[in-house]
Amino acid sequence: MIPAVFDYVRPADLDEALAILAERTDAKILAGGFSLLPLMKLRLAQPEVVIDLRDVGGLDGITESADELRIGGRATHRRIHEDALIRATYPLLRDAAGDIGDPQIRNWGTLGGSVAHADPSADWPAVLIATHATIVMRDAHRERTVEARSFFIDSFETAIEPAEILTEVRIPKPGPRAGGAYAKIERRAGDFSTVGVAVQLSLTDDARISHIGIGITAVAPAAFAATDAEAMLTGAAPDDAIIRRAAEAAAAQSRPASDSHGPADYKRAMVVTMTIRAVARAIARAHGQD
Amino acid sequence: MDTQHVTVTVNGEAREADVEPRLLLVHLLRDVFGLTGTHIGCDTSNCGACTVHIDGESAKSCTLLALQVDGRQVKTIEGMASGADLHPLQQGFWDQHGLQCGFCTPGMIMQAAWMLERNPQPSEEEIRDGISGNLCRCTGYVNIVKAIQQASGMLSEADTAKAEAAAQVQG
Repeated sequence: MIPAVFDYVRPADLDEALAILAERTDAKILAGGFSLLPLMKLRLAQPEVVIDLRDVGGLDGITESADELRIGGRATHRRIHEDALIRATYPLLRDAAGDIGDPQIRNWGTLGGSVAHADPSADWPAVLIATHATIVMRDAHRERTVEARSFFIDSFETAIEPAEILTEVRIPKPGPRAGGAYAKIERRAGDFSTVGVAVQLSLTDDARISHIGIGITAVAPAAFAATDAEAMLTGAAPDDAIIRRAAEAAAAQSRPASDSHGPADYKRAMVVTMTIRAVARAIARAHGQD
Repeated sequence: MDTQHVTVTVNGEAREADVEPRLLLVHLLRDVFGLTGTHIGCDTSNCGACTVHIDGESAKSCTLLALQVDGRQVKTIEGMASGADLHPLQQGFWDQHGLQCGFCTPGMIMQAAWMLERNPQPSEEEIRDGISGNLCRCTGYVNIVKAIQQASGMLSEADTAKAEAAAQVQG
């Protein structure tokens, strides 16, 4: 399969990339390319110009400030998975990054590329929703931020504007007694998730849940926050019964389509199972186990 | 047809070409440079038959543009043997019957080489995880795992021998 004809440009820095983007209609940003090129090969995407960010520096850092983690849009899944800071403090991110696609895809695919592409089965959107992340975008004139919970609008549709580039993702630093986990089921190794559930939570000193974020992917037109389940678990002393009830609420909020990954009822049942697993593991991690 | 110039080092040799932006890396290697050891299996970034190294990182060359590797180092299956001496992975696949039809083998070997570079003595589980982006429809993977295990042993022995030789020279 051969993509349709396009122009290829490789700007040296972000300002140049943004200037080209402002000028050219129907441009696509190329980061790792493992989402964009398959679409172009199928001719589902036929951009007039492809702007390769390969030589644009300063977009792949992973740093922590006093209150948040900042990951550059061009950081690869593998880089995130292996980062010492993430290994120490962000097990949810480590879980998700280590299980995307396969090793070759993780070598090239990027966080920003995945988030901007917004495949309805992608893993990162669920993670960013669970962590209450902020997404940073720039155009030629300004920088702006959008909460992850408002960013994912529909399948392959986000709050990003045509002249903007996603530059960074900011994730609030977890406090004490925090834990996170990602649980997903896939039909075969390396496939897109059939269901993916991301959980980030904090416990009080008496082991109640003080905050919880639950992001779910692949069972709705876009990744969504399981707000009913979050409300049921916030303030609760988590036991098996309430976790199951919350997981059932998460399944009720999902809108799965029957497809080659399975019928809708099966997917709803898997939302329950994956939510239970992710919440239980996040709690165990908050207790310093696992 | 608008073309752009690409300069790339393939298996240590500088090469260049004028290519359409839409030319894929695997086509640059096979059709322009004549290096047909890199195979096209699925053409959808699933099967891994087209796996090569770019600046040391494994990649599926059906899902990269030729222009993305401008100025970079590419290594393909043709760059693995040293003259008549097979690379330990090639020897391992030979000895352990790690292939039947052989279509997946170049990609399998390139991916295994990348994995052993980072993890010289992987467990069976780590090997299976490492090649999870490479499909084989003949072997059931059992002999492929054995082939990689043999190569891992051969490479470690070679490293030990090198270290001992170096110690003797220094001593």
